[in-house]
Amino acid sequence: MSANMVALAYLVASVFFILALKGLSSPESARRGNLFGMVGMVIAVATTLTLTQNWSLILGSIALGGIIGAIVAQRVQMTAMPELVAFMHSLVGLAAVFIAIAAVNNPVSFGLPQILPAGSKLELFLGTFIGAMTWSGSVIAFLKLSGRMSGTPIVFTGQHMINLLLAIIMIGFGLWFFFSETTNWTAFIGMTAIAFLLGFLIIVPIGGADMPVVISMLNSYSGWAAAGIGFSLGNPMLIIAGSLVGSSGAILSYIMCKAMNRPFLSVILGGFGSDGGALAADSGVQKTYRSGSAEDAAFLMSNADSVIIVPGYGLAVARAQHAVKELAELLHEKGVNVRFAIHPVAGRMPGHMNVLLAEAEIPYEQVLEMEEINSDFSNTDVVLVLGANDVVNPAANVPGSPIYGMPILDVHKARTVMVVKRSMAVGYAGLDNDLFYMDKTMMIFGDAKKVVEHMVKAL
Amino acid sequence: MIGEIDPVIINLTVFVLAIFVGYHVVWNVTPALHTPLMSVTNAISGIILVGAMLAAGPAETDWGVWLGAAAVTLAAINVFGGFLVSQRMLEMFKKKEKKGNA
Repeated sequence: MSANMVALAYLVASVFFILALKGLSSPESARRGNLFGMVGMVIAVATTLTLTQNWSLILGSIALGGIIGAIVAQRVQMTAMPELVAFMHSLVGLAAVFIAIAAVNNPVSFGLPQILPAGSKLELFLGTFIGAMTWSGSVIAFLKLSGRMSGTPIVFTGQHMINLLLAIIMIGFGLWFFFSETTNWTAFIGMTAIAFLLGFLIIVPIGGADMPVVISMLNSYSGWAAAGIGFSLGNPMLIIAGSLVGSSGAILSYIMCKAMNRPFLSVILGGFGSDGGALAADSGVQKTYRSGSAEDAAFLMSNADSVIIVPGYGLAVARAQHAVKELAELLHEKGVNVRFAIHPVAGRMPGHMNVLLAEAEIPYEQVLEMEEINSDFSNTDVVLVLGANDVVNPAANVPGSPIYGMPILDVHKARTVMVVKRSMAVGYAGLDNDLFYMDKTMMIFGDAKKVVEHMVKAL
Repeated sequence: MIGEIDPVIINLTVFVLAIFVGYHVVWNVTPALHTPLMSVTNAISGIILVGAMLAAGPAETDWGVWLGAAAVTLAAINVFGGFLVSQRMLEMFKKKEKKGNA
């Protein structure tokens, strides 16, 4: 295929990728969008195949990866989606590093001059550096998300100084690489090794609660890594697809930071959001709360006109989605208007809770986003909060509170509030929640799944 | 004029415009589908497969080719895993009534 034909085919593939993302604007068009994405990929791969030899090696490798990918996609639990996504980011990062090394080894096969010009070296440096950081950062994120490593932030003094020092050394190696007459492997390998180390050090201090930001950020990095390699190889296909992914991840990081009321920089610098909730600090005054049983709650809900269920991550941990679906159906049969309110950080990654509810076959029309439903709380009879805490804390409206300004679900405006929780422990933000001490609030202690099952039985 | 432009500038143009397209398209994605968005973008970033194929492509086989083949495998896991898991998730977002007909 001529270079022009290749470029045109890449353009067509790029348009398909844009259509794939566009399809995700609604659940109805999303499946078609995904199909467009696959078509785009087939076009891109088939076009590239005409530029290569070793077809059996390439097709064999694709088949091997394809089989592994298909098995993983088939088996993964929906609660484990964040781990899977982190795992896949790491693969893109590692592939980028491998390609960069291969390009330094044999530039001619990529259409680059045998003696690399400084510009190409700079591009290779960027591609390798982003790829290596994506890989090691994603590996840590994967280990933290899958519970193989504690979600507690690992902080030590001089952390930022060490990172800065390493970054400077890495740039030093980079400069040495640019200005060497021949291929300077020592400089290249030194630079790559430090980039790996940096990715590791940057993610290690970030706590479990900030994982939705980290995972979005690494999503963005994986795109930039692909785009970086695209620059090195002068390949527009990689540049376009990489930038689409890069900007998508960046937007998701922004949305997550905003939903958690956390400046992006302070997430990256780390240290916030330890894994478990400690008991609320005793303010001296013993505040009283009302607790009730699942049966009381079931009675109240069945007599209500409207019920809004607010699921938090505690629901997913207790694997209570299916029990909740039963509850919603039973109430619906009794003529109660049941809806779900989702906070942007309800799960462990953007949109996670929506997927978990969809998996339990809760119709997505009943599942509403924060902006869509917030004005409805004031005329709702009963709100059932399942395993959520900080996202319903009215302290976010009080100036001076550590979470002041954080967007919350206005649960406190409803007529009756019921909170299912394991204990009075505080959430990630380490704050006591005044919602729990309001007169109209009833606390129901216990495992979310068991409580909901009791409610179903009582109905 | 176009012949005199350094390819790097053309690449930069493509890069900046693609970021803008991505920015506008992604803001229109419904928040309910942010997890599938992430798995679809995972699959799309598997486009690095194209670079990996070029690395595995040269006729004279040295260790660089093997490294390329390893990169092809990694990228293919992303492409297949990403699109298939997205498909699986998006099936769950089907309207309930349609289930009987399908």
